[in-house]
Formats: sequence, structure tokens, C-alpha cells
Amino acid sequence: MIEVKNLTKKYGSHLAVDDISFSVNDGEILGFLGPNGAGKSTTMNILTGCLSATAGSTTIDGFDVLTDPFEAKRKLGYLPEQPPLYPDMTVREYLGFIYDLKKVKMPKGPHIAEICRLVKIQEVYHRLIKYLSKGYKQRVGIAQALIGNPRVLILDEPTVGLDPKQIIEIRNLIRMLGKTHTVILSSHILPEVQAVCDRVVVINKGRIIADDTPDHLSANLSDDHSLSLILEADKKKAMDAIQALSGVKSVSYVRSHGENANEFVVDPVVGYDIRKPLFELMRDKDWAVLQLRSNQMSLEDIFLRLTDDTTDTAVLERSLKRRKEQNEQEGAQE
Amino acid sequence: MKAIIKRELKAYFTSPLGYAVLTVLAFFFGIFYTMYLKNGSADMTNVLYLMVLALFVVIPLLTMRLLANERRQKTDQLLMSAPVNISMIVLGKFFAALLFFCVFFVEVIVFNFVYLFFGATIDWLVFLGNILGMLFLSAALITIGLFISALTEDQVVAAIATYGISLILLFMNFFMDIFSMITSITVPTAVSEAFDWICFYTRYQSFTQGIFDLTNITFFISVIAVFLFMTVRVVDRKRWA
Ligand SMILES: Nc1ncnc2c1ncn2[C@@H]1O[C@H](COP(=O)(O)OP(=O)(O)OP(=O)(O)O)[C@@H](O)[C@H]1O
Ligand SMILES: [Mg+2]
Repeated sequence: MIEVKNLTKKYGSHLAVDDISFSVNDGEILGFLGPNGAGKSTTMNILTGCLSATAGSTTIDGFDVLTDPFEAKRKLGYLPEQPPLYPDMTVREYLGFIYDLKKVKMPKGPHIAEICRLVKIQEVYHRLIKYLSKGYKQRVGIAQALIGNPRVLILDEPTVGLDPKQIIEIRNLIRMLGKTHTVILSSHILPEVQAVCDRVVVINKGRIIADDTPDHLSANLSDDHSLSLILEADKKKAMDAIQALSGVKSVSYVRSHGENANEFVVDPVVGYDIRKPLFELMRDKDWAVLQLRSNQMSLEDIFLRLTDDTTDTAVLERSLKRRKEQNEQEGAQE
Repeated sequence: MKAIIKRELKAYFTSPLGYAVLTVLAFFFGIFYTMYLKNGSADMTNVLYLMVLALFVVIPLLTMRLLANERRQKTDQLLMSAPVNISMIVLGKFFAALLFFCVFFVEVIVFNFVYLFFGATIDWLVFLGNILGMLFLSAALITIGLFISALTEDQVVAAIATYGISLILLFMNFFMDIFSMITSITVPTAVSEAFDWICFYTRYQSFTQGIFDLTNITFFISVIAVFLFMTVRVVDRKRWA
């Protein structure tokens, strides 16, 4: 449905989007995840024809956004980062204008009424947009994207600035829309993406660093996370020995647990599973292991880790790709 | 395009600015006309000469927000992602401003008929020339304002720049005369001819004498076309930032 090929965008000399490629299948909800300045909005603006690309192409349902903009845009509903609202219009006038602008063929009254019911803005229908609360503005923005019932919805941070109850409502709405539409939504929040999306593309500094289902992504990444270890061993000796293992990024001492028992946290290099080497070390040295526990990584940690400046992104990318392939092979075998 | 025209017209008629502009025009027109009627003349030509000043004052106010505001409110993303051609958007804005202006022309025409009713004799050719000249002049100034409005996000900047440029284009040969008078430098004839050629006001004046010179009509239509085209280019270029 949506094909992005080798998309690059430079603002002057600043590289905002760096050679990204991905595709979205018909009926899929794709999450676009990344920290501030990752290039999410830029990509979405290019996808919707608001911005030109420096290189690469984007097609929507086979129509190139640049060379065949009319056909491509007819299939699009776009909610930009800042809802594109005219403050001096009422919701009614505004949606009517969008309807006329997009030259929608469906009967006007019922179509708009249906959308208002869907995004729950009936009670503000006759109010001026400038007096609406942030949440309602966001909803009117979504309503605007739905006019003409386009097959593809592109939503840039649709839940930003909403209260928790509204966030849940909007997420449910998006999930429901996802049954009949192809959706791309961007977010900073991994749980949100996990709750709503079939697939996640993680982007950082203009590059895609992961493209997988949310479950795989969190499962894969939590394999790498740090271990909490309580050993009956001399603190100094144990730390040196563990540090010497290959795949160990750092060891830190936490506290003493009584007579000769010390707690450490071992951080592996991304992509390495150090549980086995660690076990072998304990066996060889004959140190009693009082506890070995993986530190549960929250989704936030994973996200921070993925987009952390200090992690070696190349290693991370490789490991993610490898695991994805493994998963796919397993899937094929089943 | 129809959607844009409708929206912009509605915006004019629901904003204080729209009414302020109409009021200012009506006020000046009333004053100037009364002035001339006291002298026993029902000829509008001189009144409309003065009205050019009023046009100059109000047109930048009408055009300043047309495109600048879309960018500031980020509603340009709405227009750009809709299946609409950029030239249609620009034309829609242009016609909206021009149509709004026609309210003033209707007023002028109504005035004229009122005086006809009171037994004034009216030279219809001159009258038609006046209306047509003013229409071309306003359309040209509107496209200039529209073009400048596409260049910036700031309405105030757009208005000020439009004032500057339309002032020059309207009265450039007067400025040149003043310049050569003050500095006592004789401007080369080629330059002064070029200035005369461009000067909007001179061209407008020829209309008001009931002379429909094809070069003048072509001139204004070209100005309108060129600025509309450049506006479309500028809006399009914004995507290539
Ligand atoms: N018009 C512009 N001119 C120059 N640089 C820009 C422009 N727009 C965005 N950028 C830069 O491009 C990069 C990507 O910006 P973008 O808005 O796409 O990020 P984002 O992922 O949407 O971030 P956020 O989560 O904050 O919305 C940023 O470094 C930003 O500073
Ligand atoms: Mg953004």
C-alpha cells in the first residue's frame, strides 16, 4: 500500500532523514517510533506531499507522491504534528470546507455527521475552533483526516497533549480505524505503539534502526539486558574476572549481602548473551551463586537504549536484524 | 478553487478587518464625492483618482494574511496534502480578495445610479473606463500583495513590504521627478521612459479618460499573470526547503 524507497531529506546541510526504506501493507497499522528530532514528521510530510525529498521515492497504492500527486493524495488523510485548524471557523464550517476542498463525492451531511460521531465531537460541532480544548482540537484534526474516507491515514503524534482517558479513547479509535484503513502513526511512547500497532519502525537521527512487530522488538531487546548477580566471592577478584569475560561491557558493585556475599550488576555489550560464559566462570572459580536474575527492562528502557547516543547502533542494528531473521525462519518452520 | 474562494470570502465577511476595510473605503468615497458634488460636478473621475490612495491603503490589509497566515497556522500542510493543485489554491485566494473588493465597486455603481436618478448627466464611456481601470489596478495590487504574503509567515511584514512595493509601482515616475528636482540630476530619458512605462498610476489614468488602450489592458493582465505565476512558484518552492 505504501512504499518508501531510499528516502533522504536534507535541510541545507543538515541530514534529517538518511536513506530510509520501508513498506506498509494494506490494512496494517505501522508505528513510527523515535525521539525528538528523529525525522518522523519530516518523513510524514514527504509521504503526504507537503515536503519534497532530496532523494528517493514514496508511492501510495502505486501512485508516486511527486509525479502523480493528485491520485496519491486522494487516498490520504493526514493529521500533521500541529492540527491544521482555522481558529476563526466553527467545527461545522471547517469540516464543510475540508469536504469541499477534497471534492468528496459522498453525501455531505451524513458523511460529516458519521465522522463527528466516530471521533465524538458532536457537542462542539457549532463552536469556534479557537475556543476548543486541546483534546477537542486534536479530535477535530483527526476528523479532518477522515473526511472522504481515505484508505491511508497518516497521523503524526495523534495522542500528544491529551489526558489519559482521552489517550485511551483515541487509541481505541485508531485500532478500530485500522480494521478498515492502512495507518501510519508516530509516537515517542513505546507502550502506545505496542498497544495499537501491528508493526514498529524505530527511527533515530534519520535512520531506521529496527523494523519489527512490537512483541518481537521488546522480547529481542530484553535478551540483552543487564544481569543482577549475588556471589559468594571476593569483591575485587570477582569484578576483575567478570570484566575480563568477552561480551561484558561493565560490572558495577551494588552492595554487600553479609559475610562475603556481594551483589553486582553486569551489563553486556549489546547483542551478546553472557549468561552462559558467566555460569562457566562461576563453575570454574567455584563461587557460589546466590542469585542470578535478569533485570527486567521496561519498555521505556528499551526505547532509551535503542536511541541512546552511546550505544553502538551498528552492533544493535545487526543484532536486531539477526534476531528478526531467526524469528522469521522459526515462523517459516512452524 | 471554489472551496478556497468560499472560505476566504467568509473569513473577510466575518472578520472585523473586512468590515473596517469596507468602512474606510465607503468613508473616503463619501467624503471625496461630497467634495466634488459641492463644486457642481457629478463626474467621478477625480473622485476615483483620490480613491487610488484608499486602495493603496486597504489592499495590503486584505492580502497580507492570505498565504502568510496559512504558514503560520500550519494549515498549509492541509492544503498541500489535499488533492488540489497549488495554482488552484493561489487563484482561489486571488479571486476571493478581488470579489471582496467588488463590494466597493458595487457601491460606486450604486452611487452613480443614484445621481443618474437625480438628473445628473453621466458619460458612460468615462464611467466604464473608471471602473475598469480601477478593477485592473486593484487586481494588480492584489496579486502583488498575494505574492509578498507567500514569502513570509508574518502578516505585518507582508503588509509593510506590500505598501513599499505598491507605492513604488504606483507612483514611480513621480518619485523620479521629485528625485531629479531635489538633486537637480537629469535622469537619462531611457530610465524615465522605463519608469513611465511601468508606472501603474499613469496607466490607470488613461483608463479614466475613457480610453481603452490595448497596451494598458495587456500591461495589467501581464502584471497579474506574472505575479500569480511567481506566487505559485514560491508556494511550490517552500516544499523544497
Ligand atoms: N524546516 C526545517 N529546517 C531545518 N531543519 C529542520 C526543519 N524541520 C525539521 N528540521 C530538523 O530535522 C530533524 C528532524 O525533524 P522532525 O521534525 O522530522 O523530527 P521528529 O522526529 O518529528 O521530532 P519530534 O518528535 O520532536 O516531533 C530535526 O533535527 C530538525 O531540527
Ligand atoms: Mg515530529
